[in-house]
Amino acid sequence: MSVDKLKQTVLGLIAVSLFMVSGTVFADYALNLTEGVTPTSHRVYELHMMILYIVTAIGIVVFGVMCWSIFHHRKSKGAIAAQFHHSTTAEIIWTIIPIIILVAMAIPATKTLIFMEKTGDAEMTLKVTGYQWKWKYDYLDEGISFFSALHQDSNNARQRDSGIDPNTVENYLLDVDNPVVLPINTKIRILTTAADVIHAWWVPALGWKRDAIPGFINDNWTYIEEPGIYRGQCAELCGKDHGFMPIVINAVSKEEYAVWVEEKKAEQAEAAAGGDRERSMDELMEKGKTVYASNCAACHMPEGQGVEGLFPALNGSAIVNGPASEHVNLVLNGKNLMPAFKEQLNDVDIAAAITFERNSWDNKAGDVVQPAGVKAAR
Amino acid sequence: MSYAAVHEDEHHDHKPTGIGRWLFSTNHKDIGTMYLVFALIMFFIGGAMAMVIRLELFQPGMQYVDPQFFNSMTTVHALVMIFGALMPAGVGLANWMIPMMIGAPDMAFPRMNNMSFWILPFAFTLLLSTFFMQGGAPAGGWTMYPPLVLQLGNGFPFLIFAIHFLGISSIMGAINIIATVFNMRAPGMTFMRLPLFVWTWIITAFLLIAAMPVLAGAVTMLLTDKFFGTAFFNAAGGGDPVMFQHIFWFFGHPEVYILVLPSFGVVSQIIPTFARKPLFGYASMVYATASIAFLSFFVWAHHMFTVGMPLAGELFFMYATMAIAVPTGVKVFNWTATMWRGSMTFETPMLFAVGLLIMFTIGGFTGLMMGITPVDFQYHDTYFIVAHFHYVIVPGIIFGIIGGIYYWLPKWTGHMYDETLGKWHFWLSAISVNVLFFPMHFLGLAGMPRRIPDYSTQFTDWNQIISIGGFVFGVSQLILVWVVIKCVRGGEKATDQVWEGAHGLEFTLPSPPPYHSFTTPPEVTDATAHS
Repeated sequence: MSVDKLKQTVLGLIAVSLFMVSGTVFADYALNLTEGVTPTSHRVYELHMMILYIVTAIGIVVFGVMCWSIFHHRKSKGAIAAQFHHSTTAEIIWTIIPIIILVAMAIPATKTLIFMEKTGDAEMTLKVTGYQWKWKYDYLDEGISFFSALHQDSNNARQRDSGIDPNTVENYLLDVDNPVVLPINTKIRILTTAADVIHAWWVPALGWKRDAIPGFINDNWTYIEEPGIYRGQCAELCGKDHGFMPIVINAVSKEEYAVWVEEKKAEQAEAAAGGDRERSMDELMEKGKTVYASNCAACHMPEGQGVEGLFPALNGSAIVNGPASEHVNLVLNGKNLMPAFKEQLNDVDIAAAITFERNSWDNKAGDVVQPAGVKAAR
Repeated sequence: MSYAAVHEDEHHDHKPTGIGRWLFSTNHKDIGTMYLVFALIMFFIGGAMAMVIRLELFQPGMQYVDPQFFNSMTTVHALVMIFGALMPAGVGLANWMIPMMIGAPDMAFPRMNNMSFWILPFAFTLLLSTFFMQGGAPAGGWTMYPPLVLQLGNGFPFLIFAIHFLGISSIMGAINIIATVFNMRAPGMTFMRLPLFVWTWIITAFLLIAAMPVLAGAVTMLLTDKFFGTAFFNAAGGGDPVMFQHIFWFFGHPEVYILVLPSFGVVSQIIPTFARKPLFGYASMVYATASIAFLSFFVWAHHMFTVGMPLAGELFFMYATMAIAVPTGVKVFNWTATMWRGSMTFETPMLFAVGLLIMFTIGGFTGLMMGITPVDFQYHDTYFIVAHFHYVIVPGIIFGIIGGIYYWLPKWTGHMYDETLGKWHFWLSAISVNVLFFPMHFLGLAGMPRRIPDYSTQFTDWNQIISIGGFVFGVSQLILVWVVIKCVRGGEKATDQVWEGAHGLEFTLPSPPPYHSFTTPPEVTDATAHS
């Protein structure tokens, strides 16, 4: 940490403890809540600042009285102890005043809460599903759906003893492979749910987070006012890689959004069309490497070595080196902690990942699993 | 009376010797000592885990541990600190002090007392042995939310049964305290003359009896979900994963007060002594404590606002949570009024008590902020909440316990502790604890989630400052061990009253007190009642 930075942090600390700086200065030091870019986040920010000022004022009064007493009512200063031990008047006063302050805080809080819960009249719906450890986004009106996982650069750097300095990675741990694209000035209904354990979907700039719970669907809404990239993270402990499933929203104008939707639809149609085509070993191995990195490596580790006691090694595994049909079946349907990938990946991706696993590291099965074979096994 | 005094030593004060004195002990002081020593050991084990966490978080990237082990560290750190350090320390103080404060010879159920202590080492052996099992130690958070907790390997049943044992131990301890206070008070020691430490412990004991079985029920349902095919918390089988959170926090919120009330009691003893002035508003302190305990059963869902409750539920729990600020405020104002126009000196116990008063209040302020549902949607599961509950627990609960140890140590050992070392301990702890926890507020507001083993590079500076504060705080606690050992081995002789301004029955006994505290019950009058 440079001297300048140290100076900045110390100054920031002093500034905050005195509460004499404006909200924008807070933001520069990343000391305070973001004001965000939605009507909700603005209200939440104002409420936060209001309560912060109130408790600071109470703190100044209470700590002031304590400090006065600590400095003046000392034996060493010749203070002689009074013997009072009761005052009904004082006690009634310091019961009533806090109640009044609390009611004053509860009124705007209630209004904000009611505002946040109005999920009706949405112009579009986005369904967010938490997986260990990535997010799936379904645009229910457009029929678009895709997974969004930690960006490969961050993923490489975050491996233990990777030798990569995180400071050299752009948006370290806050970048994904497929950002979720949303239009601005649109009331968007956001549904959250999960496929395995509880996650929580949180983008601070939107002004809220909400749990994603398997078997339940929570509804929320947002209305983004400014275009931009907004980053967030999973906020509910969801296992080993809880810290490595960020969220990136790319908020664009309605026109740009419409263009993106058409592109994405075309892309998905193309991927679906070529599904049954016979593929070469090299083609599958190359694709399999990326599919493996983003879907399998979190548990089975980048070199297929697994995690002892939790996730079996694939390198030298009996199933990987045994008949292909059993391997395909396991990946499609899952087992114990292993999720059923038939709902997550298409035939090409599964065929590629399996082919990659069977012919990597010390595994020398030598066979090629074709997408058609996976389709037949579904 | 004089006959009893003369012959007391001959007939009653020969204690058993060797290992048997501790293994088979039925003596409230020996059992109290064992509880406190056990708590201290657990404090350092849990603290060592915190050091691992802070070491890994010193810089971005993964340097020392794997994410799964990191999650085990956060999970077991919490379990060890809550169930191994804080609760046993509170029970240890209760064991030592309650019989002496109410004028009794010992606890009501001495053998049960022995059993409730000796369960603890076995329970923690079960819990800590999971580190050596296939699948590792619990890593799903101390809150054990399903479905994540069900992914734990062979350690799972060990976790569940460790919790069961700890619950049994706590309930037995609570029953013992209630029976002792209700039946063994000296003549004239009416309920409204009890020292406040005894009052806070009665209320804590009732909370324990009400809350611990709920936790036992919740973890038993986890056990049957995992091994016996039930689906209490599995939506696919008709269950509800959120129901676990409701049940857990119905235990979990009263648990917060189970931890904090004994420390409030200690502070209510210390402040009047060193202000040389009676406690302000004794009766309102008792009522405020009881109100806090009662309200604590109606606020649980503020721990889980983000699960998606109906609007009415969110409003109810917000209002109920805000209501707790009123009795808590009364306590803080009463302590301040006790100090006001006193004649204060600042020996180590008083320093820790005043430290608690100020820093617990900061934790109370952030608690109020998080009670506001719409803003909690931002604060929830970030470092802001980590800052909040550590302010409540470390300079709140732990400062109270440490203050109590310094306050009564001369009474227990018959020697004054080293005041200079005590002051060093306080100032190092008080400064480092703020360096450790205050910047966490900024990190949380700036968007850093809790329970992550690695973070985005923008959070680096604060994390480094926090880690340095953590290391200094951790090392500073070794001073306490040094002070205690030194004090047990010798030192300036303590008087019976120990402190100039001390009142209460415990200070009428010699220092150290006889093995069986009061063999002849003392007569208590208004003049000799609570300090």
